[in-house]
Amino acid sequence: MRYLLMIAAEEDQACEHPGTPEYDELMGRYMAFTEEIMASGSYLESLRLKPVAHATSVRVRNGKAAVTDGPFTETKEKIGGFYLIEAPDLDAAMAWAKKIPSADIGTIEIRPVWEMDEPEA
Amino acid sequence: MNDAVQAQLDRVVHADRARLLASLIRRAGDFELAEDALQEALVRAATRWPDQGVPDDPAAWLARTAWNVLVDEERRAARDRSARTARFKEARIPGTGATDLTMMPADPLEDDRLRLLFTCCHPALAREARIALTLNALLGLTAAEIARAYLITEASAAQRLVRAKRRIREAGIPYRVPAAEDLHERLDAVLAVIYLVFNEGHVASRGDDLQRPDLGSEANRLAEALSELMPQEPEVAGLLALLRFQHARRNARVDAMGRFVRLEDQDRRHWDQALIACADQGLRRALARGRPGVYQLQAAIAGVHATAASYDDTDWPQILGLYDHLLALTESPVVALNRSVALAEVEGADAALKSIRDTELATVLDGYPYFHATLGDLEARRGNSSCARQHFLAAAERTTNPVERAYLLGRASVTE
Repeated sequence: MRYLLMIAAEEDQACEHPGTPEYDELMGRYMAFTEEIMASGSYLESLRLKPVAHATSVRVRNGKAAVTDGPFTETKEKIGGFYLIEAPDLDAAMAWAKKIPSADIGTIEIRPVWEMDEPEA
Repeated sequence: MNDAVQAQLDRVVHADRARLLASLIRRAGDFELAEDALQEALVRAATRWPDQGVPDDPAAWLARTAWNVLVDEERRAARDRSARTARFKEARIPGTGATDLTMMPADPLEDDRLRLLFTCCHPALAREARIALTLNALLGLTAAEIARAYLITEASAAQRLVRAKRRIREAGIPYRVPAAEDLHERLDAVLAVIYLVFNEGHVASRGDDLQRPDLGSEANRLAEALSELMPQEPEVAGLLALLRFQHARRNARVDAMGRFVRLEDQDRRHWDQALIACADQGLRRALARGRPGVYQLQAAIAGVHATAASYDDTDWPQILGLYDHLLALTESPVVALNRSVALAEVEGADAALKSIRDTELATVLDGYPYFHATLGDLEARRGNSSCARQHFLAAAERTTNPVERAYLLGRASVTE
């Protein structure tokens, strides 16, 4: 099954800023994690997203588009990136999610991917 | 359908439903398909057995029939070329292709029931969903019975079950006993659910009786099965001992008229001494492993009560010490409350009241009937009758069990 592991954490923590020891440490851990999951064959894709200061939200209501600068939700934690993985079941996906470095400071949301040929849930 | 056949069918269903369901789930990889197949098999039994006679091995007959229903369904799904085909073909559990028919024998080492139990108690399921699923899938309770126990409508209970089973399928919750490294963590949820089931039997939320001994027995059975399969887990043995100690008292907790009897007033000759001895033995073995935990400690406390010749002979300082240990592990307000009862015995009602009257505990426990009942009891001991009365009334308002309510109202109306 494919799962999307979305990484949500508060922005603007020390570890976000290049040049800080926290940043180096976090990047090191992410590299190690990515290597591990790639080696396992479960890795499909991953992306790091730019901060929500550069996000744009679009809503269309009654034919009118409303565009806002910023993310679609006002939560403290923002989505900063994701891993798309292939895993046999939720336990396996959870095991990977726990290893994502930001799990220590934020939340990883695990969503099963709705495959094209699946019937309605 | 004639009564004798119906009785036979009921017996098989009661004894074997969980095992039948578990092996079908293993094969189908899906709760609902397995249930439908089993249901169909039961319908066929009800139709054919009166004419053909009850088979020599009714459980095996049901297993085979349900199996055939599943296979037919698979062929149909394969023709439809839906994604379900993929689900049938891939073994959810590596290594157990489950290609053959054998229903798991009634062998204490079989773990289909365990797989089912761990699946029902998966952390990705909401707590109410876990309890409802365990009651339904493992203990065969219907949505109506679950609804009665939890003060919800039957439709809500049914929805809860449907959603949970759907979630298991859609989120990919696997049907297995967790891997060794996850087992400890996952065990906590299972133990908690079994304990909740037992507590539901111990003080029934609904109905006219104080207790539902069938749930108490069922919880014991589950704990036993778990301990047979995990003999190295002392907390499992601890839970089993705890349930046994408490279950041993069931015949003394209500009098001949169905009224609630306090621990101090219970006739200990009606306690199941064999069960107590069994529990005691199991607990000692568990404690000897040197890995104490919350269930072993609670069992130890229950054990001190259960092995005391009378209420007055109870070793309260030992109980207090055990509560201190327990509180250090859990910081639970309910534990703090129960500890205060022991504290009252050792240091007096004043000390006990002081320990629970602080703002935090009082706020957290305000909805809890036993909090007010304890306050009432302690005030009664100090001779503050009107204060005690208010507390007992508050407690009576908060309990949902009529037997308990009657008892609390009775306490409220007596001047001690």
